[in-house]
Amino acid sequence: MRTWLMLLTAACAPLIALPVGAHAFLDHAMPAVGSTVHVSPAQVKLWFSQELEPAFSTAQVSDSTGKRIDQGDARIDGTLLTVSVPPLAPGRYRVSWRVLSVDTHATAGDFSFDVAR
Amino acid sequence: MKAERGITSKAALWALATACAGILATGTGAAHGIAGKRFFPATLATDDPFVADELSLPTIASQKTSASGEEPATRETGFSVDVSKRVTDNLGIGFGATYKVLQLEGGPTQRGFDNLAASVKYKFYQSDECETILSAGVDWDIGGSGSRRVGAESFSTLTPALFFGKGFGDLPDPMTLLRPFAVTGLIGLGIPTRSGTTLVSDEGDISVERHPHTLQWGFAVEYSVPYLQSSVRDVGLREPFNQMIPVVEFAMSTALDRGASGTAGTVNPGVIWAGRYAQLAVEVVIPVNNRSGNRVGWIAQLHFFLDDIFPTTIGRPIFGR
Repeated sequence: MRTWLMLLTAACAPLIALPVGAHAFLDHAMPAVGSTVHVSPAQVKLWFSQELEPAFSTAQVSDSTGKRIDQGDARIDGTLLTVSVPPLAPGRYRVSWRVLSVDTHATAGDFSFDVAR
Repeated sequence: MKAERGITSKAALWALATACAGILATGTGAAHGIAGKRFFPATLATDDPFVADELSLPTIASQKTSASGEEPATRETGFSVDVSKRVTDNLGIGFGATYKVLQLEGGPTQRGFDNLAASVKYKFYQSDECETILSAGVDWDIGGSGSRRVGAESFSTLTPALFFGKGFGDLPDPMTLLRPFAVTGLIGLGIPTRSGTTLVSDEGDISVERHPHTLQWGFAVEYSVPYLQSSVRDVGLREPFNQMIPVVEFAMSTALDRGASGTAGTVNPGVIWAGRYAQLAVEVVIPVNNRSGNRVGWIAQLHFFLDDIFPTTIGRPIFGR
């Protein structure tokens, strides 16, 4: 048993010392995933689990008809991706994102939120 | 002496925990096993359909069987290591070894390696939109490579199998809370390279143990809290709960011929915690019938995502991008 544990320790130790990266996944967003807001947000903000590569990371917001309504100004600050939206009428909106983490792992996803009066 | 060994083991456990903390305490996110916006965790009792760079170190399983006839009650504990490596984006190979400890009640303890295992897997279909993945592979249990003391077979078993994974993110709007569900599984045919083994007892009696073909099948049903939070509804769960994936695995084997019949297997409810670079999983192992055992056991695994830990070296396919 002791030998096994020593071997495991030896196996794990070098994993700590090396630089690592990972896929970037959505950690949370504002408006929150699946939420209903009563005031139209000026921006949609997405926080990811990894730093993003600005040149290859973007997000779009579309309305319930599928028409893109964001202002096309997606910008990256570390793990935060922000995109501006015009005043939103009540309804359902879908946020689609596609990002590249700094170690070149690509991920994508989407979610919706509602704007209510 | 026993106490001293216990203390040493505790120290080693702390060292292990400390060494691995940097990998585990890394917060949100996950790694390989991705179709669209779906992350599929590695499962413990049933192989998943992904071709990936990953390392399971260790998988520890323990189960006790009751005494039966002349067989004493036995606690079987296995310590396994499994490594998978992508050759190309869609083709991977794997190797596995298990060190077994058989503690016979009122008898000696037997230790030794079980047969080594090797495998090859090819992913031939993936739909990101439908969160679906299909692959085919062959597992080779290498006969004679393990110790007979712990029951390693002297013959090999080849198991060609189909693997599948399906996430339910495409369910319609009224069923949004079911979208985090996913299922992975396999169906394969176990083909022993020898139809039977002749046994000679201490009294000189001769008998033949037959080795049937077997249908190897199983699946895992999982509910992904990370998927719920990032794609369906942020219900406000935070670490560590926002990275947990409750799972129930069904691992079955059905004998097909050579005088054998019936199904044996286990149902394993448990939970997987998936971090950026590794996942931890614990499951309870429940035999489905008397043929499968009569005591509840457990299995636990620490699993590393090599493609995330070493993205530019050993975490890449050997050929290709």
